Amino acid sequence: MANELKVPTMAEFFASGTVPEVLFWVGCAGSFDDRAKKITKAFVKILNKANVSFAVLGTEESCTGDPAKRAGNEFLFQMQAVTNIEVLNAYEIKKIVTACPHCFNTIKNEYPGLGGSYEVVHHTQFLKQLLSEGRITMEGGTFKGKRITFHDPCYLGRANDVYEAPRDLIRKLDAELVEMKNCKQRGLCCGAGGAQMFKEPEKGDKDVNIERTEQALETQPEIIAAGCPFCNTMMTDGVKNKEKENSVAVMDIAELIATAEDL
Amino acid sequence: MQYLPNIIFIVLLVAGIGFFVKNVSRLKRNIFLGKDADLTDNKAQRWTNMAKIALGQTKMVVRPIAGILHIIVYVGFIIINIEVLEIILDGILGTHRLFSVLGPVYDFLIGSFEILAFLVIVAVIIFWARRNIIKLKRFLKPEMKGWPKQDGNLILYIELVLMVLFLTMNGADYQLQQMGAEHYVNAGSYPISSFIAPFFQNMSVSTLILIERIAWWLHIAGILFFLNYLYYSKHLHILLAFPNTYYGKLTPKGQFKNLDAVTNEVRMMMDPEADPYAEPAEDAAVPDKFGASDVQDLSWVQLLNAYTCTECGRCTSECPANQTGKKLSPRKIMMDTRDRLEEVGAIMDKNKGEFVDDGKQLLNDYITPEELWACTSCNACVQACPISIDPLSIIMDMRQYLVMEQSAAPSDLNNMMGNIENNGAPWPFNQMDRLNWSKES
Repeated sequence: MANELKVPTMAEFFASGTVPEVLFWVGCAGSFDDRAKKITKAFVKILNKANVSFAVLGTEESCTGDPAKRAGNEFLFQMQAVTNIEVLNAYEIKKIVTACPHCFNTIKNEYPGLGGSYEVVHHTQFLKQLLSEGRITMEGGTFKGKRITFHDPCYLGRANDVYEAPRDLIRKLDAELVEMKNCKQRGLCCGAGGAQMFKEPEKGDKDVNIERTEQALETQPEIIAAGCPFCNTMMTDGVKNKEKENSVAVMDIAELIATAEDL
Repeated sequence: MQYLPNIIFIVLLVAGIGFFVKNVSRLKRNIFLGKDADLTDNKAQRWTNMAKIALGQTKMVVRPIAGILHIIVYVGFIIINIEVLEIILDGILGTHRLFSVLGPVYDFLIGSFEILAFLVIVAVIIFWARRNIIKLKRFLKPEMKGWPKQDGNLILYIELVLMVLFLTMNGADYQLQQMGAEHYVNAGSYPISSFIAPFFQNMSVSTLILIERIAWWLHIAGILFFLNYLYYSKHLHILLAFPNTYYGKLTPKGQFKNLDAVTNEVRMMMDPEADPYAEPAEDAAVPDKFGASDVQDLSWVQLLNAYTCTECGRCTSECPANQTGKKLSPRKIMMDTRDRLEEVGAIMDKNKGEFVDDGKQLLNDYITPEELWACTSCNACVQACPISIDPLSIIMDMRQYLVMEQSAAPSDLNNMMGNIENNGAPWPFNQMDRLNWSKES
């Protein structure tokens, strides 16, 4: 089948004595969460189509430790980090791409101090690079003129000042990029960060993801684009809560591109 | 008797400055109750940040109305301080308008001081209206009840009074100059106070001198009072914004510091050579407490942050938890830290510089776990602060204490952490199934 995914592992590369161009760090959400797995597959389809030589760690990958660290468990975080760094260093990894801003932030910023220094890019940055190198081409047909608003993930935007790569990709789709009143540096969190994803919110007037979804819906979008599996979940829940799931889709940037490419 | 005013003035000045110096040394002692943090790196970058953020007010104008009004008050106070220098010299030497020898330059200076003073009055009135008539939401949060609200208004009143005194002094002076009164040299230009002068027209020279002198004395006494009021109010930012922006975080906002004490333990656990049953060395230091439950567990930069906070509330108004009605307010985190630090300082003052346990701490007595657990670590508060305060770092340090010292995480989070420990993911999935997605259609 032409559509079958090619997902080589680092172990396979190692056995054949070759080195991939980049390691795709899938992350826990990308590996296990049903919605996020679709993002993972969309990204792999693009990598396959562009003939990017990449590998995943597969069963050798483990949580980066981000939710443990943000929850205050520095000990568990460092245990995870040191274990992952041992694996990454053993494979002599140089460059890592990930579709999860939390993994991106942790490996890029917090691993170097523990002995793990790599070039780490978010998948939107990687895709933008593929595009500028002409390794993928994008036809805007599917999304031409569609209103798309982009929700900035905190750990991509404010945390690491990446605002333009996802937006550039949306523009390349010939879509109409509409900004929420709180965007970029002032983007509102989806409510999942800081380990909130894994617990009930504290008592309040409303949930953060509802507030953010309302801001997104104010722009009258056809699609809410996200760049983080957790934001995706929160916004999808928000859209369902507002009973708009039939008219507004929540999609990752990788899914937009894979759809545009008819992959 | 001729020198009595000079002597009174010098006594006033020395007392004012002396008291201020005492407050500064108390401030320094309190800040350095915090733990060491080495921030001697990247000097050039730090100076640039200070110049841009504190001196240049670049982050103030993110909110244009408050930003521009603030710049007026800020520039006004800095520039008008040149006039204070003249007042001090006049006071000590018994001269009047010493700088008038500068001629046209002096006219220009006084003229611009007057225009600035007028603009400051306008800005201060708008600021007051924002707090008391328009009632902007961020000034009415629960942590702003009582003293913080009063403090905010009091500062505006003092500023208003100082500016009115300055213009009254000039107006009376201008009128005296017109009347050719002795000692009142014809100097300066008075674009604003010349509008006040008509009120003085029918007064005698002696009454006018009395008004001019009262305004002059109250103005300088008011400035010395304000200087000493700073320490007791939220207004220290006019001084501390400079060091605070200098020592502001330079690494990406998403990068949280790795605890060295933990790194050592983890390395030891991973070291196959390490003897897990080895007795600690005789002279081994007591292990560090993990995280923070009181102000002494925070770093001195975090304590400097707390004193620098002027309670503007931009952090709180951008906070997703606060916007959705949770108890967390990043501003309250900073105010609580400062208030507890003040309390600790007061205990030390009472006990000859030694801290005596008062059975209280920052955690629970000031900041509740409910507030700490509501944070999404989104960095909106850090981004919003116009002077590089980092409330998030305090929240994270306190979470570390709750989790690593007290095992007091919410049970959902304990499940999540248990999963990571056992199977390397926050959910109960087997690590061996991590690649299954690639085979699912």
